[in-house]
Amino acid sequence: MSALFSFHGGLKTTRHKTESNQQPILVNPLPPQLTVPLRQHIGAIAKPLVQVGDRVLKGQMIAQADGYISAAVHAPSSGVVTAMELRPVPHPSGLSDECIVIETDGEERWIERQPLDYRQLHPSEVRGALRSAGVVGLGGAVFPSAVKLNLEGQGGQLDTLILNGAECEPWISCDDRIMRERADEIVAGLHIMVHLLQPREVLIGIEDDKVEAIAAMREACAGTNYQVRAIPTLYPSGSVKQLIKLLTGKEIPVDGLPADIGVQCFNVATAQTVHRAIDLGEPVLSRVVTVTGHVARPANVEVLLGTPFSALIAFCGGYRDGVERLIMGGPMMGFALYDDEVPVTKATNCILAAGAGIGELTPEQPQMPCIRCGACVEACPANLLPQQLYWHARAKEFDKAQDYHLFSCIECGCCSYVCPSHIPLVQFYRYAKNEIWAQEKEKQKAELARQRHQARLDRLEREQKERDAKLRQKAPRQAASTAVTPEADKLPIEAAVARAKPHRIAAPADASPASVAADDDRSEPNS
Amino acid sequence: MITAIVVLSALAGVAGLLLGFAAVRFKVEGDPIVDKIDAILPQTQCGQCGYAGCRPYAEAIAADEADINQCPPGGENGIIALAELLGRDPKPLNPENGIEKPKMVALIDEHNCIGCTLCIQACPVDAILGAAKHMHTVIAQECTGCELCLPPCPVDCIHMTPITQTIGTWKWSYPVRSETHQPADQATA
Amino acid sequence: MRFKTATSPHILLETSVGQIMRRVLYAMLPGMAALTWFFGWGVLINLVIATVVALAAEALMLAARGKALALHLSDNSALVTAWLLAVALPPLAPWWLTTLGVLFAIVIAKHLYGGLGYNPFNPAMVGYVVLLISFPREMSTWLVPHGVGQVHALGLSNTLTIIFGNGQHLMPDGLTGATSLDVLRTQLGLGRSVTEIRNSPVFGIVAGRGWEWATLGFLVGGLWLVYTRAADWRIPAGMLGGLATIATVFYLIDPQHYAAPWFHVCSGAAIFGAFFIATDPVTASTTPRGRLIYGAGIGILVYIIRAFGGYPDGVAFSVLLMNIAAPTIDLYTQPQVFGARRG
Repeated sequence: MSALFSFHGGLKTTRHKTESNQQPILVNPLPPQLTVPLRQHIGAIAKPLVQVGDRVLKGQMIAQADGYISAAVHAPSSGVVTAMELRPVPHPSGLSDECIVIETDGEERWIERQPLDYRQLHPSEVRGALRSAGVVGLGGAVFPSAVKLNLEGQGGQLDTLILNGAECEPWISCDDRIMRERADEIVAGLHIMVHLLQPREVLIGIEDDKVEAIAAMREACAGTNYQVRAIPTLYPSGSVKQLIKLLTGKEIPVDGLPADIGVQCFNVATAQTVHRAIDLGEPVLSRVVTVTGHVARPANVEVLLGTPFSALIAFCGGYRDGVERLIMGGPMMGFALYDDEVPVTKATNCILAAGAGIGELTPEQPQMPCIRCGACVEACPANLLPQQLYWHARAKEFDKAQDYHLFSCIECGCCSYVCPSHIPLVQFYRYAKNEIWAQEKEKQKAELARQRHQARLDRLEREQKERDAKLRQKAPRQAASTAVTPEADKLPIEAAVARAKPHRIAAPADASPASVAADDDRSEPNS
Repeated sequence: MITAIVVLSALAGVAGLLLGFAAVRFKVEGDPIVDKIDAILPQTQCGQCGYAGCRPYAEAIAADEADINQCPPGGENGIIALAELLGRDPKPLNPENGIEKPKMVALIDEHNCIGCTLCIQACPVDAILGAAKHMHTVIAQECTGCELCLPPCPVDCIHMTPITQTIGTWKWSYPVRSETHQPADQATA
Repeated sequence: MRFKTATSPHILLETSVGQIMRRVLYAMLPGMAALTWFFGWGVLINLVIATVVALAAEALMLAARGKALALHLSDNSALVTAWLLAVALPPLAPWWLTTLGVLFAIVIAKHLYGGLGYNPFNPAMVGYVVLLISFPREMSTWLVPHGVGQVHALGLSNTLTIIFGNGQHLMPDGLTGATSLDVLRTQLGLGRSVTEIRNSPVFGIVAGRGWEWATLGFLVGGLWLVYTRAADWRIPAGMLGGLATIATVFYLIDPQHYAAPWFHVCSGAAIFGAFFIATDPVTASTTPRGRLIYGAGIGILVYIIRAFGGYPDGVAFSVLLMNIAAPTIDLYTQPQVFGARRG
């Protein structure tokens, strides 16, 4: 057994795990309505397969993966599709997104489940099954797992497969409970991953304050060569880059992926869904969510995807007085919601009702000038110079921000946390990254327009030449009749205008079919 | 006295030769200035600058025939980028050329289109599909929002619609600590 | 139910600029107490004058620049500037000298360069250097410490009279005298050896009598600052290390001509400068390696000025010179980003 390694920076934050991790995972009752977003993963939005009015069964695929980096979406319970429209989803923008709304019938009637024997199948068939089961990373990044389980074209041999049970953010305890109660299922999923990836070693990293989870996982791994390693309780030890560093001493190269250094990393809850998808034939229909902070009965709850946050909060006894902010995710990297009428998605690991005093929410602090004290440098796990990055991001000098390795920032929030001037540092970096992506897109669009314009000019020139050539042939014969053509051209148009006029008055001015869809091919390769 | 003049002249001569040699030997082959200007222009090909497209305008700027503040779609950022490239002072957009507007795309009201193909001929980037006497439609991804298709339409069935913000196009905004955080859809409304 | 939103992280460490600056002030207390014991009321009177002038000037400048008064005054940065300067001034400096220095520091060196966080030069040291160049006589009138002279004979009222008016006749004979660094410098110039000079009564156990106790006080406060992370250990370590290294080299070459490294480290403003002046984060280098280099640069410059320059001590000049170099040091000492090295 090799020794543990360490990473630069990091924080010892308060933990607040015991509020929610002292009791077994509860099950949320079936809500009357499920609002299932079609974009619950990174990559292309899923393509709907049902129509309003259709009856669906529990586990039925209602939208299919559209492209390689995409994931399918399933009906979490049986019922009737009552709407397919834009509905508010949990997103920092507060915007709405395409959703399929299902009125549940309370019968929970399943589709026919088909367990697969992965040992008898070709790896690509297993991956296909995972894709159509909608398996994505449940740690919060929701990257389609089938893509990460494919090593072809990525160097082939995998050294280390890592299972991430660190759960370093304060308050969140869903992975902790899953490891304690469902260790066998996690290990069963791990067997499938090992079958697909054939790694030389399998490491399971768990923060050392989760004593019960470590014990449960060790017990479940008995008789295998999977190694459970206790890692120091230091935020952000659960970030992929930092976890890999801790366990293997390897650093994912700048602009690189874990596979580049022969490592692949999955969340423990993801392993459980892999097991259910293959061994039981059950697609991803639910997940465990930590509901904690300023609610009456904090708990970990198994909840169907599409269940409104408000129903889940009600199940946990409702808000206590003084809730000021509703956060999806942890207090360090989670985002605040505008409303609790949004559905639980595959990315919802935690709902934190925060307020001053409870949930430790820090009241808004006045921002002071940066005094370059360097506290952020000490805290940064990516070894950046946050104070210099801030300087350039603030001045919108994006080139210089990139010189200071803006894109190595993992947005963990350590710098903002320790900043004595209370500067929203991470927010400046998010802003700068978004602007750079947008400018890049604009540039590509301009380049496309330039090419199309050039192509058109070339085409016009070619046509002109052809016409000239024809005219020269016909010239001797038709010299007299050319003057008539322009008017002859216009006649049919005027006739058409006359025909269209009454029609135009009848049609409402804004009855325009929405055939214009803005370009939205968002893909952030953020595993 | 004469020695001094001779020596200085000789020095000047040698230095001049060296400089001349260096200029030839170490000549930097850069993009011609027209390409650099063209790269900054937004390629809407709208002609609001008074030229037949972005490239002719770029040529005019390079030849010092046009000013740098004649491109409304490029807006303030475009003018600043041009000023930086050419080492001039930025100036406000010339109102004679138009005003800076949010990005739009053309949308054909398909009930009223008579299939005259006039808009297809006007589109500088071939972003309108259709054939004579058949309904036309705009390829939104390719549309630059130049508005050149509006005047030729005999039945006024083309409208400019703002590009709606979706979760895919949404961006984090510049951090300002304020009490009035609003959802993106309400902030834009 | 609807909620207000804000961006992550949603929890912050309980810390503030005001708290860091307050710690600097606390850390100066032991050294200041020692100075007061050895040099009398003047030290405290300087401190009060500097505090009042600094707060007034800061408030005025903040108001003129349209900043929130209460918020920015509570960052305590003006107080730190005032105290640093006050400690560096001779204990019987006339009131206008202190006032002028503080005004220059706050108004010109700090606010005209953009205020807290934007000033390229350490304001207290700018104020000090301006005074040192403009009023060399007043600035070098140091008192003989208690134990050598009769500082304690000079009461509070007499001290006040001297500082605020024409009280020169109240000064007992032999109250003013050269500091140990002054003595070393002038005597070396007369061709004496270090061992002979060390027999002068102004010298104590390792450095100047009285001074060494104040230095010890500042060392204790400084170590506490480092312990609480209000100051980065790299700057004092770099500065004292740099100073000690170069002093050792010369000491080994010729111990009769060059004072011992421990004398240099414990003399003058070396300790005070290392922990309190050079550590001003705004004007120092900001990268971890850069801070070591920045500190070492100051230490080496201090020695060069002391041994070969025109002034007995050189902390202020060294700090200002390295302030100029800080951005360049930062540029070339960027840490290696996570993942920049393979494997």
